[in-house]
Amino acid sequence: MTPTISVTQLGRTYKDHAALADVTLDIAPNAITGLLGRNGAGKSTLMRIIAAQEFASSGTVRVLGEDPMENDRILRRITFVREDQIFPDFKVRHVIRAASWFHPNWSEELAQTLLADFELPPNRPMKKLSRGMRSAVGIVIGLAARAEVTLLDEPYAGLDAVARQIFYDRLLADYVEHPRTVLLSTHLIDEVADLLEHVVMIDHGRILIDAPADTVRGQAATIGGPADAVERFVAGRPILHRRTMASVSSVVVGGGLLDQDYRQARDLHLTVQPLSLQELIVHTSETTTEARKSA
Amino acid sequence: MRNETTVLDDGTPLFLQIGAQLADDIADGTLAEGDRVPSSNEFAAFYRINPATAAKGINVLIDDGLLEKRRGIGMFVASGARERLLAERRQRFAQQYIEPMLAEAKRLDMDVELLVSLLHDTSKRNGDGDR
Repeated sequence: MTPTISVTQLGRTYKDHAALADVTLDIAPNAITGLLGRNGAGKSTLMRIIAAQEFASSGTVRVLGEDPMENDRILRRITFVREDQIFPDFKVRHVIRAASWFHPNWSEELAQTLLADFELPPNRPMKKLSRGMRSAVGIVIGLAARAEVTLLDEPYAGLDAVARQIFYDRLLADYVEHPRTVLLSTHLIDEVADLLEHVVMIDHGRILIDAPADTVRGQAATIGGPADAVERFVAGRPILHRRTMASVSSVVVGGGLLDQDYRQARDLHLTVQPLSLQELIVHTSETTTEARKSA
Repeated sequence: MRNETTVLDDGTPLFLQIGAQLADDIADGTLAEGDRVPSSNEFAAFYRINPATAAKGINVLIDDGLLEKRRGIGMFVASGARERLLAERRQRFAQQYIEPMLAEAKRLDMDVELLVSLLHDTSKRNGDGDR
């Protein structure tokens, strides 16, 4: 399958700071991919370059097979909701109408439904909206565009938990009806984990994880129990994290566990707690942070 | 017994959990043979998960022959599915339930005779309570 987005050896340097370094990545068509990482990891830079709103220092980007930079044919098939989106000071309904002109697959019906869902007042000037309401306008545009390539960069600043749930539900419902390639960057990993088909984790401008969500889940687990038994179990396995208190240990191991591993753990009276995606991401970035420090 | 809003856990691959829940429903008769099974999109909306993940979970049961696709209509519980599931689960029963029980009993210095009488007592009590 031809990837919808293909990034090769991408680099972006600001003066002496490398925001992205040697990023090579393919985003599969019609899947929801999560772009995860800490603040400043390079998520937004990568998104902006894919959306052709920023230049790369090196490397290439292909979206739907072409270079998106100043490429109207391709840009019409992309929608990009930025975390820091600045809107002209129109009324809400005028912003929505203007957005509709640039998206050939625009669904006015969906836009109106979403405006009602988020309780956005159509006649209010953008300037008079709260932060969360402005984010909601971005989400309305991002979903109603039904663009083949939908880029959502932390689209929910200021949105409360209820509104975020509305966003997740509507995204899923419309995606089921109209499959498209969605790249969603977030640091609210637990909230979106179940929506994702594929996971990309970026840290200090580099790709650390690029795998199907199902593979990432169940890949690591916390092993707890008497220290000597824990050590016997974890020997030879990749260790992501280790905590010890008196004679008790708690060790996070990667590499995946098989049925026989669970049996061995039980025979050793150890507890096994599989890691959530969020916990795995935290441990992975801690591990690399420590490695960077000691390097 | 499982209720309908079972929460999915964090660590196990989601598609396996979806498959396991469907299998549970077939085993306890909630989904009878010949019943239509919800589509992957219905699963996705209900559990708020990616539809591809839901489809993967359903496919596990199709591959096992427990569900069958009828073109254009949907997915149905195959005939003989419940019997096959029960047979498989009976085979795994010792490993899944009895071995851990024996291990814990050993830790608590309980011998097999005590376990057997406990089993009888508990079963009797539950039987009296329910019926």
